[in-house]
Amino acid sequence: MGNLTQQLQTQIESAYQTETALNIIGGDSKSWYGREPVGEPVHVGEHQGIVNYMPSELVVTVRAGTKLSDIADALDQHKQRLPFDPPYFGKSATIGGTVACNFSGPRRPYAGSCRDYVLGCTMLNGKGEILKFGGEVMKNVAGFDVSRLMAGSLGTLGVLLDVSFKILPHRLAEQTVVIDADFKQAIKLMNHWAGTPLPVTAMCADGQAVYFRICGAPSAVERSQREIGGSMYDDGKTFWKDLREHQLPFFNTDKILYRLSVPAASTFTHLEGTVANDWFIGWGGAQRWLTSDLPFVVIQDYAKKLGGHARIMRGGDRTEEVFAPLSPALMTLHKKLKHSFDPKGILNPGRMYKDL
Amino acid sequence: MSQSLLQELAKLLPAVALLTSKESLTPYECDGLSVYKGLPLAVVLPQTIEQAQAIIRLCQQQHTPIIARGAGTGLAGGAMPTQGAVVLSLAKFNQILDIDVENRTATVQPGVRNLAISDAVAGHGLYYAPDPSSQIACTIGGNVAENSGGVHCLKYGLTVHNVLGVKFLSVDGELIELGGKVLDDAGYDILALLHGSEGLLGVMVEITVKLLPKPEVAKVCMVIFDDIEKAGQAVCDVIAAGIVPAGLEMMDKLAIEAAEAYAKAGYPIDAEAIVLCEVDGTEDGVAEFIDKVEVVLKQSGAVETRVSQSEAERMQFWAGRKAAFPAVGRLAPDYYCMDGTIPKAKLAQVLKQIALWSDEFGLPVANVFHAGDGNMHPLILYDANAKGELEKTEAFGKKILELCVQVGGTITGEHGVGVEKLDSMCVQFGKLELSQFLAIKDVFDDEGLLNPGKAVPTLHRCAELGRMHVHNGQLPHPELERF
Repeated sequence: MGNLTQQLQTQIESAYQTETALNIIGGDSKSWYGREPVGEPVHVGEHQGIVNYMPSELVVTVRAGTKLSDIADALDQHKQRLPFDPPYFGKSATIGGTVACNFSGPRRPYAGSCRDYVLGCTMLNGKGEILKFGGEVMKNVAGFDVSRLMAGSLGTLGVLLDVSFKILPHRLAEQTVVIDADFKQAIKLMNHWAGTPLPVTAMCADGQAVYFRICGAPSAVERSQREIGGSMYDDGKTFWKDLREHQLPFFNTDKILYRLSVPAASTFTHLEGTVANDWFIGWGGAQRWLTSDLPFVVIQDYAKKLGGHARIMRGGDRTEEVFAPLSPALMTLHKKLKHSFDPKGILNPGRMYKDL
Repeated sequence: MSQSLLQELAKLLPAVALLTSKESLTPYECDGLSVYKGLPLAVVLPQTIEQAQAIIRLCQQQHTPIIARGAGTGLAGGAMPTQGAVVLSLAKFNQILDIDVENRTATVQPGVRNLAISDAVAGHGLYYAPDPSSQIACTIGGNVAENSGGVHCLKYGLTVHNVLGVKFLSVDGELIELGGKVLDDAGYDILALLHGSEGLLGVMVEITVKLLPKPEVAKVCMVIFDDIEKAGQAVCDVIAAGIVPAGLEMMDKLAIEAAEAYAKAGYPIDAEAIVLCEVDGTEDGVAEFIDKVEVVLKQSGAVETRVSQSEAERMQFWAGRKAAFPAVGRLAPDYYCMDGTIPKAKLAQVLKQIALWSDEFGLPVANVFHAGDGNMHPLILYDANAKGELEKTEAFGKKILELCVQVGGTITGEHGVGVEKLDSMCVQFGKLELSQFLAIKDVFDDEGLLNPGKAVPTLHRCAELGRMHVHNGQLPHPELERF
């Protein structure tokens, strides 16, 4: 454990020479995500440690293999947190994998995404060169924003060595309330309250009810819960954590788990071949989960009509595409970008798109 | 060749939308950084995406550089024309295309002014959060190109955090769409990459922004200090106490004097430093937090704290800060605004060094900061007509930026690199990073036609300059005393 920069660099340099495909692995908690991984493993999970933590700067820099749980513990000691509420999907989850997937939790629509909080990174490119972008300050417009580009790139542009984040203090008080509502009513309610200044930090709907989490100053929480109404939900913390981690009964399925990213207020229109129980709506309406064995292309069309896009989150045929197709012009840009970072195409080839 | 280009442009546009005479080009010779000037070959003012596409395609065919321009309020020379280039003004792209109250988004053309968005949606209790000081005039297209910040970005983020989608034209005139009214998109985050790309990667033609509900109430606490170091520490103390103010600003003595004389904001002119700390949210929440802010700041050694008792008073407290630049502008014939960002904890150290250099160079400096996020705006006062004074000022400015990098910060927090900070880029980045930036430029624009010569220096330039990249905060020859 510690600084493995040199080892990682050597491994990539030699893979560059031999044009060997590499499969970048952190805590191996998200190997089910994206297309089927191929290549020789590069283990980043032992490249651990908090490099710099300045509570009064609201900035932390961590090595990519650092466990999310270790970061949470360290920040907690100063009553701070990663604001984007990252899902773990396994105890071994690392920050590098989280950034590579750009995963964010239920708080995302109100607080921002993983990518939003990335301030800088050090990375190895596909030649094994060490590059450093961004920094440890909140405002920085020197050079192109490569560190945010890394978020969600699934390791196809570089191996993250360390990442700097903006962090935030804990909220003082928290309460969850529930109101009976079908999906249509729930979407209306969620978007109504999202348009008010009340400090709502998570909203979701399961077809039976709509759930609101309110966080902030104790007096503001109390007042918000009065205004929103509904009944108090006792174990809100567990509920939101289970949602974040896909531990709610809804996610226990053998079918494909589709994720739709759509405008939050899009109405809940019927998709033939699905029933209400196949759906779960998160992010105040903006992230919709569907468990179904309908073909991906059907789900894509449906999402596109709503003004969004769909991806396969879990399951399905991972030798085929799992993310929404890109326009030819965009795909060309993607290929050229990939080539500029990884000229021999050795880093997580095909993990995002077949030809990338 | 230029004659034929002008003839072809004339076929694409009505006469009023093509400027070629010296008199009509002169207003475009610089942006907000007027020390750098140049006359373009022509200025074009298209009104439709099709026209803009045709212009870009024509320029590409004729290998003519294209410089996209919004309101020209930039402070780094990013929109400065170069000889032989065509300035593509987006001024006529000034329509708000869609306000979607339910989804809390607005889709606008790039020439729409920042503040016009908030004005247009105010009736719905919504607003667009990023608020650069130039928000009355600056356009959203320029905001994306610069990734503009503002007074409230500590809490509400920069432009990149508040834009959901863009449509942009590539150098071959292709219309490419990214994002939309959704929180993310498939593929690489090219939307993030375009933010702050200073017109080097594409021309924005449509932007969808996120709108936020207006906070119920905002209160500002004006805090007076007799020592600037205490003020710097106080800023850190507020953050460490778990408070995220909506705005956290600081001014030094010279800036206070100038602002008070100009705006009559009620600042005590004998203060060494003033901190303005704004808290917003619900009535109850703000009441709770503003009390906490006062307690923390008093413990940090504030001489006096005053909390705004009305909206009018809040605006008055801010009036001085918002007018700080023009106010300082009255102290000398010219001022040169720097934009480095540093870790807050290094504030006192950096200020001391700036004061020493100020004496050395014989150039006074007024300091205005977005203290909450460490973004400093030292304003160097000088006289451009005095022989050699501009060069001296630039040299002083570069030293400040080098120092920012050395203490772990950056050469530009929100104004961008433009032409102004090209040399300082050689200090902040090494050869590998600069090569990657150039490679990205190549991906989008391999002929280098989009705003060439800005934002990213050539490796050759850095080598010529002999500037050394500051590695891990260490300059070469660390044994030499620099403070």
